[in-house]
Amino acid sequence: MEFDVLVDVRLRGGIADPAGATIERALPALGFDGVSGVSVGKTVRFTITAVDVGEATTLAEDLCASFLTNPVIEDASVSVSPVGDSA
Amino acid sequence: MTTTVGVVVFPGTNCEMDAVFAVERMGGEGRLLWHADDDLGGVDAVIVPGGFAHGDYLRPGAIARFSSMMGAVAGFAADGGPVLGICNGFQVLTEAGLLPGALQKNSGLRFLCQPTVLRVETSESILTGRASMGAELSVPINHFEGNYTCDDETLARLRAEDRIVLRYVDNPNGSVDDIAGVCNEGRNVVGLMPHPERACDELLGSADGAVLIGSLLDAA
Repeated sequence: MEFDVLVDVRLRGGIADPAGATIERALPALGFDGVSGVSVGKTVRFTITAVDVGEATTLAEDLCASFLTNPVIEDASVSVSPVGDSA
Repeated sequence: MTTTVGVVVFPGTNCEMDAVFAVERMGGEGRLLWHADDDLGGVDAVIVPGGFAHGDYLRPGAIARFSSMMGAVAGFAADGGPVLGICNGFQVLTEAGLLPGALQKNSGLRFLCQPTVLRVETSESILTGRASMGAELSVPINHFEGNYTCDDETLARLRAEDRIVLRYVDNPNGSVDDIAGVCNEGRNVVGLMPHPERACDELLGSADGAVLIGSLLDAA
């Protein structure tokens, strides 16, 4: 089976996030008050072939830990769903 | 016999000829090593130079570390061979797990290209054997992601084991504990963000990097 994988990579707490900080600083000037905690990460999407959702999740998490993220500075969450499942 | 230093070239590396120049200025021979090859060709030391290996896509060094040549470099390092990572090369060595920690974006949110003053914290490394402890060296930096970070436990270990090789006198990028360069447990792998290879001749504004590149040749 094929599964759509979505990996959401975030900088860990305390790691410099210049993009997030710059956006947050710009918001009041644009009239958006009361917004805080802006952080900018990245999203990686791919399709993976596996026998079931459990194996797809394990493969995606391994890929995430060994390549897509650097655990010293980043965290990630992995979402897996069968291809064509719009949910 | 002339000491030969291999300089690894990835797609996007741009400091390899500076490294070769510095090595040859100090009496060694520089030899370029293509990242997709896996043979070090009997070199006596390796430099992983600066640039933007594989475009720095995903993260600096993240893709470069999977190159065949990096497997050969890891083996060379495990056998005690001297390996120096400069700037992007430092990022590659941390991603490859040859050095601890990681390089995050500069705390001032700016790309920095300027001279810095480095203090030699130990002469027990392949980069500082010729240098005196406490010596201050003018060496330029040229980076956006040069802010060294690691967890508290790693930092405590680096301090206790005297593995912080160089510190910034005036920290330009937010690096934890003013760290500019660190070494591995064996002290034969060193990474630093500043560019000693660009400071090996007074014509370039400083010749203070010569003692560092010279130390690498001594260690080879």
